[in-house]
Amino acid sequence: MAKSSIFSGLRSNIFAGFVVSLIALPLALGLAVASGFPMVAGIVTAVVGGVLVSVFGGSYVTITGPGYGLVVVLLSAVAVLGDGNMQAGYLYALSAVIISGGLLMLFGFLRFGALSDFFPASAIQGMLSAIGVTLLIKQFYVMLGDMKTKGTVIELFVGVPELIKSLNDAPSGQLYAVGIGVISLAIMFFYSKITNRFFRLIPAPMWVILLALGFDAYFAVGGVGNPISKQLLISLPSDMLTSVPTPNFSKWKEPVFWGIVLSITLVSSIESLLSIKAVDKLDPEKRRSNINKDMRALGIATIVSGFLGGMNVGTVISRSSVNVNNQATNRSSNFFHAVFLLLFVIVFQNQLGKIPFTALAAILVYTGFKLTAPAIFVRMYQIGKEQLFIFLTTLVATLITDLISGILIGLLATFLVHVLLNKAFWLFSRNLLKPNVLMYKEAETQSYYVGVIHFCTFLNFYKLKAKLDMVPQTNKVVVDFSLCSFVDHTVQESLHNYEELFVRKGGVVEIIGLDIHETDSSHPFAVRTLRPIKGLRVFGGGKTKRQQQLEALAEQKGWSYNASASTQKRLLRDHLGYETTFVEGVYNTLSSPNKQLSLFDIKYSEGVFIAKESVQTTLLRIRLATAVPVFSFDREMLLEKLSHLAGFHDIDFPEHPEFSDDFYVRGDNPEKVRAFFTSELISFFSAYGFYHILCNGKELIVRQFLRPATPAEAAAMIAFGLALKKRIDG
Amino acid sequence: MSVLFDTSLVMVHVGDKTDKKESRLQKIISSFDESLPKYTVLWKAGQPAEVLLNACIDEHADLLILGALQREGLLKYYIGSVARKLTRKCPCDVLLLIKPSVERKPCSYAVVNGLAHEKTERAISRAFYVLHALGASRLTVVEEISEEDVAVKVDDDRGLRRSNIVKERIQLREDSRVKKILSQIPKTFTSTVGHDVQPIFGRRGYSIGHFARVKRADLLVMNAPQKHTLWDRIFPHDLEYILSDLPTDVLIVR
Repeated sequence: MAKSSIFSGLRSNIFAGFVVSLIALPLALGLAVASGFPMVAGIVTAVVGGVLVSVFGGSYVTITGPGYGLVVVLLSAVAVLGDGNMQAGYLYALSAVIISGGLLMLFGFLRFGALSDFFPASAIQGMLSAIGVTLLIKQFYVMLGDMKTKGTVIELFVGVPELIKSLNDAPSGQLYAVGIGVISLAIMFFYSKITNRFFRLIPAPMWVILLALGFDAYFAVGGVGNPISKQLLISLPSDMLTSVPTPNFSKWKEPVFWGIVLSITLVSSIESLLSIKAVDKLDPEKRRSNINKDMRALGIATIVSGFLGGMNVGTVISRSSVNVNNQATNRSSNFFHAVFLLLFVIVFQNQLGKIPFTALAAILVYTGFKLTAPAIFVRMYQIGKEQLFIFLTTLVATLITDLISGILIGLLATFLVHVLLNKAFWLFSRNLLKPNVLMYKEAETQSYYVGVIHFCTFLNFYKLKAKLDMVPQTNKVVVDFSLCSFVDHTVQESLHNYEELFVRKGGVVEIIGLDIHETDSSHPFAVRTLRPIKGLRVFGGGKTKRQQQLEALAEQKGWSYNASASTQKRLLRDHLGYETTFVEGVYNTLSSPNKQLSLFDIKYSEGVFIAKESVQTTLLRIRLATAVPVFSFDREMLLEKLSHLAGFHDIDFPEHPEFSDDFYVRGDNPEKVRAFFTSELISFFSAYGFYHILCNGKELIVRQFLRPATPAEAAAMIAFGLALKKRIDG
Repeated sequence: MSVLFDTSLVMVHVGDKTDKKESRLQKIISSFDESLPKYTVLWKAGQPAEVLLNACIDEHADLLILGALQREGLLKYYIGSVARKLTRKCPCDVLLLIKPSVERKPCSYAVVNGLAHEKTERAISRAFYVLHALGASRLTVVEEISEEDVAVKVDDDRGLRRSNIVKERIQLREDSRVKKILSQIPKTFTSTVGHDVQPIFGRRGYSIGHFARVKRADLLVMNAPQKHTLWDRIFPHDLEYILSDLPTDVLIVR
């Protein structure tokens, strides 16, 4: 980024930074405590992250700081490495943070930016939900004033009724704190429901802080002093900005240590990458983040933060979206967020000591709930039972083992589900290492064609992704899956992201060739398998996006639409050049009200057995009222399958030399054809030269490509058909 | 096929000559009632690959026609089938047919490679010659440009812009190279066979196979490979991709 642009829009960035720092303050404190780190660590992380990433980063409007996902991993790191001694564990954990920072930097230099693309979407969702559950349960205990309880998530979950019962004979000092915690939780939950402008001026987490401070002020005015017991109040050390802990690297020989380093790195990078991608979609200036550069910056920031006693620096979605909503335009807002945060801590040091832990815990309980909300389960089920299975497997596995094993089990489960769905291991084993993506620029339309064969799942999506990244997002891309027998949910979801990115920049991604794939679910991103055809039909009620668009097109034109397949074996038989084709199915049929015009996808094959060659394409059929000669029309530049017409030669039109040169017109009766092609018709055809037209005397078949047409192309074909029919029939 | 090229045909049968086999062959031959070309039948025994190879050399053949499996199993892949061995060692051009059919399905569209290689010129002119003889109508010259040549990593919009500029430059260079080759081909061929040029940025050897499949080409014309070792088989490249998964009939020009 050029220097000058950093200072442009400075005012709005300062303001955005200020608002973000209001949220970041309580979060930084809460996340640090929840991780088993000292309170200052959260502030250090956010400040170091804000300063360094805004200088070295490659994204534009992201905010960096301590992330939610890390809380769970860091807490277990402190507990495991310290053997119960929190202070010692903290120093060991710092060394793990520093090394993971180094790894992140390495990932950035090695261009591993796409790390999260190698994991199935449902498994990642499962892992995030597991983190959410852990956060929810652990912080629920803290919210109810229980700071000491330890145990696995399941033990804690079972203990909840016990915990609530114990509140009956809790000291009043605890009860006040619990009260603040519960009210805070209510604020977090209902904040989005309240539309009052003044109320919404301050973000929810800040309201929680204000509530706690107000509570304290109330008692201070009454002269009683804060009734909340001292252990439940935040305590900031007075020398917090000067004393720097020394990380203890002495555990580096132990495998446990490296396991922790790996999980920290994994979670941190996945969380950051998902956030960066999500924020890119929010960026009002539609810039594309340099993910690898950002990873390097996050790595550097994490190392520095670790040496200063902080946690991993990550990109965080909720703070970033607040940033965007407040008109941030570049990285300087991240810098200002760090500056304001530092100012707050220095200026309001005393006030911060009046906040109870329960209020901070309430904020995290809410966050945990968001990560594992019931809506996520419902969505998974809608996408497909197998996705719910993968999701739950990962969730449970992560909860009872650890993060790394959890995600690996999720990965394995996904692969097994794919194999079972296809009932074919060889499809994957044989084609895994082979290239399977082809991209080229179609010379006629200037759009990019991307063809995929074999299969396309999380295992090899990076190949498709690499190609898509090479296309300027202002262009049109057609992704063709008609030769691909299996497409999984991860790929479809990522492609959907691409669709959004392209649309934002004025380009288009159109996905074709998925309509006849089999699926059990009605969700547009459900897995789709192309099974050996046992009588072709469109399975289930699930419509792909293309089908939905075609339906909309039909509605707009007042035509009828029928997605299901029918076999009309004789459909093409009486057309020249198609005598030997076997129509396997006709589907996605759009027909005009009087049934004179119809547009449909067709799958037909030529030859049998090993010589069989299947073609999927879109045809437009026009029934004519007037008798016309048998002819075919084709531009010479296009590939065609008409050499069956051995006896027929290019018919020349002496009066239209240019037309004769550019187009092949053939027919059984040259004289009649010449008479039929009036000057008017010739100029009309010249304008629409990219269509192939076959006529058997009674009806016309129009085709553009040997692949299914995109909805936009289909609309153009219909318009052409209507105009053509008008010209011939009058 | 031989009829179209107006040449003589040598049929080689590997294995023992028996009456049954001979009568069957006779029946096949007699079904070609019209203008049968000059033909001879050789009956030889031994290793199929070696016998065919020697026959090619002895008869000074210009073209060897083979039937081939569309897809190879893992074992075949590393040990090699007859077709493989011949493709690699044969001194003449090889035509691999994956879709033998009794009724002749005319060949109308072909794809030929346009790599920057000394053999390319021959491959393209041969493709024109063959298509002209077969009465085919369309030919696409595919220039495969590997991503490494672009040498710009795309991380963000700026990188993307730079890489597109480089691509455009390479494309112009490649286009002019192929055009030069095309201009040296006799007019009689270029006028009857329509042709265009399609540059593809992608893995060499693989992209063209996929392209031929997408475009439903009837014939793919490729340069013959250089000398191969087991190493090339473990890390496949160029022609290996096509041979292991034939997209269509392939003509390999030596």
